Parts: sequence; C-alpha cells; structure tokens
Amino acid sequence: MSYLEYNVKHVPAGLRKVLHVNWALLLLITAVAGVGFLMLYSVAGGSFSPWAEPQMKRYALGVVAMFVVAMVPIWFWRSVSGFAYLVSLILLVLVEVMGSVGMGAQRWIDLGFMRLQPSELMKITLVMCLAAYYDWLPPHKTSKPQWVLLPVLLVLIPTALVLRQPDLGTSILLLTGGAIVMFLAGVHWGYFAAVISMVVGLVVAVFQSRGTDWQLLKNYQYRRIDTFLDPSSDPLGAGYHITQSKIALGSGGWTGRGFMQGTQSRLNFLPEKHTDFIFTTLAEEFGYIGAISLLSLYALIVMFCIASALANKDRYSSLLTLGIAGAFFLFFAVNMSMVMGLAPVVGVPLPLVSYGGSAMLVLMVGFGLVQSAHVHRPR
Amino acid sequence: MRKSPTEVTETHGRMSRRALLLGGTMLTFMTGLGFRMRHLQLDQADQYRLLAEENRINIRLIPPARGEIFDRNGIVLARNEPSYRITLVPEDAGDVDAVIDKLATLVELDPTELDRAVTEMRRSPPFLPVTIADRVSWDELSRVAVNTPSLPGVTPEVGLSRYYPLRGDMAHVIGYVGPVSDYDLSKIDNPDQLLRIPRFQIGKVGLEGRMENDLRGAAGTKRVEVNAVGRIMRELDRREGEQGDDIQLTIDQGLQSYAQARLGNESAAAVVMDCQTGDLLAVASAPTFDPNLFVQGISVADYGELTGNDHRPLAAKSVQGTYPPGSTFKMITALAALEAGVVGYDDTVYCPGHMEISNRRFHCWKRGGHGNMNLVQAIRESCDVYFYDLALQVGIDKMSEVAAKFGLGEKFDLPLSGVARGLNPSRDWKSSVRGEDWVIGDTANASIGQGFVLASPLQLAVMTARLATGKAVPPRLVKSINGVDQPVPEPPRLDISPTHLAEVQRGMYAVSNHRRGTAYSKRIIEDEFRMAGKTGTSQVRNITAAERARGVTRNEDLPWNRRDHGLFVNYAPFENPKIAVAVVVEHGSGSKAATPIGRDITLQALYGGTPPLSAYPTKDRKRIETQQEELEKLVPGREITRRNRA
Repeated sequence: MSYLEYNVKHVPAGLRKVLHVNWALLLLITAVAGVGFLMLYSVAGGSFSPWAEPQMKRYALGVVAMFVVAMVPIWFWRSVSGFAYLVSLILLVLVEVMGSVGMGAQRWIDLGFMRLQPSELMKITLVMCLAAYYDWLPPHKTSKPQWVLLPVLLVLIPTALVLRQPDLGTSILLLTGGAIVMFLAGVHWGYFAAVISMVVGLVVAVFQSRGTDWQLLKNYQYRRIDTFLDPSSDPLGAGYHITQSKIALGSGGWTGRGFMQGTQSRLNFLPEKHTDFIFTTLAEEFGYIGAISLLSLYALIVMFCIASALANKDRYSSLLTLGIAGAFFLFFAVNMSMVMGLAPVVGVPLPLVSYGGSAMLVLMVGFGLVQSAHVHRPR
Repeated sequence: MRKSPTEVTETHGRMSRRALLLGGTMLTFMTGLGFRMRHLQLDQADQYRLLAEENRINIRLIPPARGEIFDRNGIVLARNEPSYRITLVPEDAGDVDAVIDKLATLVELDPTELDRAVTEMRRSPPFLPVTIADRVSWDELSRVAVNTPSLPGVTPEVGLSRYYPLRGDMAHVIGYVGPVSDYDLSKIDNPDQLLRIPRFQIGKVGLEGRMENDLRGAAGTKRVEVNAVGRIMRELDRREGEQGDDIQLTIDQGLQSYAQARLGNESAAAVVMDCQTGDLLAVASAPTFDPNLFVQGISVADYGELTGNDHRPLAAKSVQGTYPPGSTFKMITALAALEAGVVGYDDTVYCPGHMEISNRRFHCWKRGGHGNMNLVQAIRESCDVYFYDLALQVGIDKMSEVAAKFGLGEKFDLPLSGVARGLNPSRDWKSSVRGEDWVIGDTANASIGQGFVLASPLQLAVMTARLATGKAVPPRLVKSINGVDQPVPEPPRLDISPTHLAEVQRGMYAVSNHRRGTAYSKRIIEDEFRMAGKTGTSQVRNITAAERARGVTRNEDLPWNRRDHGLFVNYAPFENPKIAVAVVVEHGSGSKAATPIGRDITLQALYGGTPPLSAYPTKDRKRIETQQEELEKLVPGREITRRNRA
C-alpha cells in the first residue's frame, strides 16, 4: 500500500483524464518535433521524402502512444516496472545472441512497422524499474550497502550488454541515467563520491602509467584513446566529422545562412546530417538564434518535468518523471556537446529531432509515463 | 513495506532538494552549451564562414593555349590542334559495358586504352569522366556526337594538343612537348598549378623546353561549387587565361627542310647562319625523328627504335655534337701566326709529306708532300706540314686566344637543349683538367684541328661567319616574341688585322675556286655567288706507325664508326658575305662527304629555293638534276611553304 492509493478517489477518471494531461509539455514536445521535421525537410534538399514524412508519421504514432500510456493509471505502470525491465533485458540478450550467431550485426527486432532497438527500450524501463525499486524500498535502507548493490547490478547488466554491441553512447546514457535515479532516490553521497574518485583514480593511473614499465594498456589502445579524446589530431579520419561540424556551426553566425541555404549540409560536408549531426544543420541555417531557441525548448521540457515531479507526492511518479527528464537531458546534452566538439563522437542522436523510429517512439512512451504520473498524481 | 508518514515526508524533501540540485546542474550545463555556441557562432563566425566557403568552392584551372612557333617568314612550325576525345561518366552511363559496346560500333576503340579506362573507372568516383578514346578523328567524333542520345554518359570533347606539321624537319630545334612527368615536377621548385592538370603538355627539350615559360601562358580559373565528394554542382564564375607567347624563329623553314632532306640518312649536321646578323637560318641534324610521337607519350617500341639507332636520331648534333674540326681549324692557326708576326704572306714552308717534332713523325695528309707552300696555297691545298711549322713558331697560347675570338670553346646562349661548349684547349686547361703539361706535339695536333680541339657545327658556322665579316657575330635563334622583334645588336669588330683576315679569306676563296683547291670540284659557277670555304677531315682513330708502314687502310674498308668525319665550312658570296655554312658528316670518310652538301645548301640559301643548274660545274649538272628531283619529293615542308607564301 502506498501513499498514492489513499487518494485514488481524487484522481480524475474516464475521458476527463484528457483534460488533465500536461498540455504545455505536449506543446513543447511538439514544437521540438516540429523543428525536427523542418530540418529533415531541409537536409533532404527541400523534400518530405525520405526523412520528414516518415518522421511525421512516427511522431503521430508517438503522440497516440503517449496518450494511451498516459490514460493508464501510473500504479499499473509501477506494478509492471520490474516485468518491463526484465522483458527489455531478455530482448537485449536475444539480439546479442542473434548478433553473435551469424545474423550479422543486427541490433533490432523487426516489428513489421518499425525496428525496435531493445537498448532504446531499456533507457525507459531501467528508469521505471529503479523508480519502482526505490518506491518499494523503505527509505532508511536506501544507503545500506546490500540495498545499493541490487540497483547497481540492475544498471550495470544492461550497460554491459549494450557496451558489447558496441554502442558506447547508449551505455553511457544508461549508466548516467541509472545513477541519476539512484542519486535522486537518496543514496548516500559517499557512494557517488567513492565511485567518482575511483573512476578518476583509474583514469589518472592509466594515463600516468603511459610510457612506464607498468603501463596498463597497450600502445595502440593509448593511440585510440588519443584520437577519441582529440579528434583534431586526425583531421581526415576521426576528426573530419567534428571539424566539418564546427565549420557548419560556426558559419551560421547570428541568424544563420537561411532555410535550406546551409552549404555544409546541402553539399554533404556534414556527416550523418539527418541523424546525429542534425543540430549542426539547424545551427548553420538558423544561426545562434535558432540554436539557442532549440536549447531553450529542451530546457523548458526538462524544467516542466522537474516541476511536475516536485509537485507530485507519489514517490514512484516523482522518481520516474525525474529519471525520464534526466535521461532526456543526457540525450541532448551529449549530442550537443558532441557536435560542438566538447565531447567525443559517440553516436547519440538528438532527441525528438534526429531521424529514427525507435528513439522517437520510446521517448514518446517515456513522456506518456510522465503524463500518466501527472494525470494520476495524488491530490 | 510500510513507511511512516514522517519518513515519507522526509524522503520526499530530500528528493526535492536533490532534484533541484540536479535541475540546477542541468541548467548550468545548458548555459555552458549556450556559451560554447556563442563562442563558435558569434566570436569565430567569420573564420568558420571562410572555412565553409573554402569547403564549398573549388578553383579549377582552365589551361591556356600554348604559344605557337613560326619561322622567319611566318610559316607555322608548331601549333595547337584540336584533339578530339571521347569521355564517359560511368554514373550517367548506367550499364557501362553496354554503352562501350555500342560505342565500339561507331569508333574504333583501342583495347589497351579501353583496359586503362576500365581500371581508371574502378578507381575514381563514378561521376568523374574517364577518357575512353583519345585522338579520334573528326568523323568519329561527329558520329558519336550525333548518337549521344542513345549513348548515356558519353561526351565528345575537344581539347588542344601540340602538333608539328613539319615532323622531323624541325625536331632538333623545336624539340617537343609531352605530358608532365613526376621528373619534370621534381625539377621545378614551385610548380605552376597548371602542371598538375592530368595530361597537361609541357616543353621537354629544345626550344619547347627552354622557352617553356614564354610559351606556356597563364592559366585561367573558374570557380565552381563542389559537394563533399568533389562533384561540381555549378560554375560560379570564370576568368579566362592568357595565351602563351608566339615565338618567331630566325629559321627559314624552306632552307631547313631542304637541309634536312639533303643530309638524308647520314649521321650529319648542318648549320646555316646569316653572316651579318647572326640569324640562324637552318640548324639541321640527321637522321631525325617525328616529334609528334612524343606529344602523347611515346610508345616503348618507338622509343627503343630511336635510342637503338647507332646514328643517334634524338641527338641535336648541330648544337650538341662536338667534333675535332680538322682542317677547318687551319684559318685560326694561320691568323694566330699572322697576328703574332711569325710568318709573312709570302713566306714558304717546304712540305716533304711529314715533319719530325720531338722525335715523333707528324704526317701531312698528302704522303708525297706539297713542296713549297705559302699561306694561301697552304690553305687552298690544306697542307698539314705548313701549319705544323706555323704552330711551332706561334705556340698554343696565341692560337687559343685567336680561337676564342672566333667563338671556339664558347657556349652560345641559345634556347636549345645541350648547347655544347666544345673545347678550345690551352696549357691551363690541360694542366687543370688532365693534370699533364702541354707538350709541343699537342700544339702540332691542334694546329690542324685534331688532338684536343672540339667544336660543334654551330661553333664552326659562327667561326666562318666571323672569318667572313671580321665581326664578332653572335648566333641568334629567336626573331620575335609575341610580335615584338628581338634586338639585333651591331656586332663589335674583331680585334684582328683586316689585312691578315683578307689574306686568309683569299686562301678560303682559293679552296673552292682555284684549280688546285680541295673543294674546286664542288665549286659554284655563278659569279655573284662564288663561295669561300675550307674542307676538313678529322680522324677518330689513331693510325699506328705499323699501319702507316704497310699502307693506311682505306676509309671505305673500315667499319662505319671508325671512318673519318667529313667537314666543310664556307661563306658566300665571297665579295659580300651573306651566309656562313658548316657541315659535319659523321664518319663520312672525309671532307668529300661534306663539301657537296655545304655547296648545295649554300646555293639553296642564296637563291631562296632550287638553284638553276647553271650555278653548278658542267660535269655535275646531270647528277644534280636527278638529286634535285629526288629532294623535291623528299621535302615534306615544301607543300606548306608554297601555300603560305602564295
């Protein structure tokens, strides 16, 4: 029995729920998705195919999914959280096994109308599962080592599986996303401090040992790390993308070069211009103003989610909302840092804007959960 | 598990604090992103805008038309011909094999060229054109042009390629162009971007090579927008290049073609120079080769044939070849002796056929000897002993000094490849280069143009012109560049007594006009064109005492490359010298090979065309008539000459 169930009678029911959806949040999401359609239209050279039109359909589907998820009471989602996590994990293992037994590097499951990447699904179900765990766990046990170990494993197992694919970007998102939920749940500072100092220590050790007799990695591994951290050291290889991306961003100036006038994207100097580097096209064509506007929209989405979470007295709902907001933040923060040359290129798409089915649908389901939590909040 | 309400409130409070902390961190991070964006987009915008333009805009060169080369009368010696080729863009073609098959029905496709094209296609991006057939005829080109609708991706293209209408006649002067090689690039410090154009033609040797900078012109440019893989999206603007400078030579094409034909397949060289201006009217070298073979890159078989020939067709013998001048050097010895005052005009030397010098016997070419000889007689009959005697009196220093005044041992500054310095030997030269002391025998050898003395046919022509005029005439090859006449400086008088010179000239006149002169049988009958000359024979082997004892082997019995060189220098008309001629026939078995050539070329030059038979000695006329008919057929340039002059 949780705090929530005492107040069920105050929760709207039936079609009245629709009125209680966080419309402002949906409006913001739609605005961001709209920017995505515009940019996909532009990078296709002023055409709805091959990207803008499918993306719009997916978005429409995503909105429907969001509403369906939002109409289902949040306590139902809480009760299936563990199960959802388990399903995602099994799917993840499944594609891993399929991938390794001769099916090539297939990392998705074909649903007919779209290809579902279990790693995308895991981003949401991990948050759900952790939120449910901490909702269940009596708060005084939160920082007890044995109760910390379980969520750590819940995070590390999918992270390791995704890292094996290899999808560094998603595994970083999973790890950080999980950590954010644990942090919010109130796990003692000490754990985070310990982990962070251990990681820092390890990194320092790896780099300090370089060139000495007891160096921890092989020389070629160090070289790989070098290019990874500083792509400009290899301007025609790994650095090419990031250099072109910075040129595109920088040439935008205040107001940009105009819609469909970006030479960097139009002439294919930009890599992955419809997926990972779509922000660059926006910044090139709409300049600083366009880029800051999109960043502000993202910030508003995150802030709306946090506000919604803070206003929600249900622990599961709050944790879930905050977790999803955190994951969403990580998405665009990593992508933007990447295209601006602040972070290594790890292959993280820009949420709601980059072309891609799974990511869009999973995000919309995630926002559906946020909406459900909002609609069914205790009053 | 149950939670107490206080516990719930407390944990909710902690979560809110942490959530706010996290939200704050996120906002800070996003502000950071905003500042980074500001830095990139506003602070460094200009720099990145420039980089974007550099990415987008590609500057393509438009090759300029190479300057053309004319003779002194405006006859084209080297020009640019439209060169037709057929290119294919694999991407537009779709089914490349089908298109090539169809193309093969219209144009004869060279299998090796096709193989090369197919390999190139595999390597380059599919939107770049690949040359399928080069140097196709106009007919073939038009056939393809008409059928382009059914030949997707095929384009008939017109470019410019060098063409030498006179083929071999000018090969050694003009040289040739060829595709730029890595070797060419390695020789140039800061190569013109033009040279990076595939198949761009650059002057390799001869005038084409030496005057490359004048002939090449300046590249035009067009700015095109390209995408990331280099495909041209559109042309933004274009600036036409500057055509190369046209060059007019002092060469008279008619005379040059005649000289080449007259030399025929001998390994020989002939130089005709205007005595007064130094203009080179003909610079012939035989055998020759077709420079057009080199323009597109010569085949291994053709090149092997040229380099394998013992008559060395690729060598420009008239300027690069150096030969012992033989008796043609005797005027220098004579002038040295006269200038030094060791001999008078009428002083005689007795020639018994040989002379003992430091215990070695030096022979005269005439075994029985010439008897008493004065200066004119000695030149006329080319008596060796007379000149040994003079040389021993005057010494090498004076001889060398006089030889230098006449251009021997001097490297003339002509825009030709490998202009030879020859060798005007001296004591210093021998001690520094050979590390030996000069001995008296060397002087004796030098006096008759043997031993160390070496001269190119060009130097011999210059020497003869200077003997004829008494002026230090320098040779000149370029008449005008781009229509601007090159200056003809008035040559300074030689520091040689005119009366001494006149006496030597009398001797040279006697060579071809006195009954006993060595070139008398090959004289010119026409009074106003009488010539003065000197024959020469230079040995390329040592004749041992043993051989001399049993009788010197006749030249005709020796292998070709052991036979004597034949030389002849002359100028004409005697009274009012216009031209100087030098002819060298390698291994021609003596001067008799060179003398008639020199005479014929002289007449051709003086008459400005085929001379009348009346100019020849009566008993020669029959033979000359047939020779003229044969040469008429041989000279390919003559057609062109008539058409242009009409």
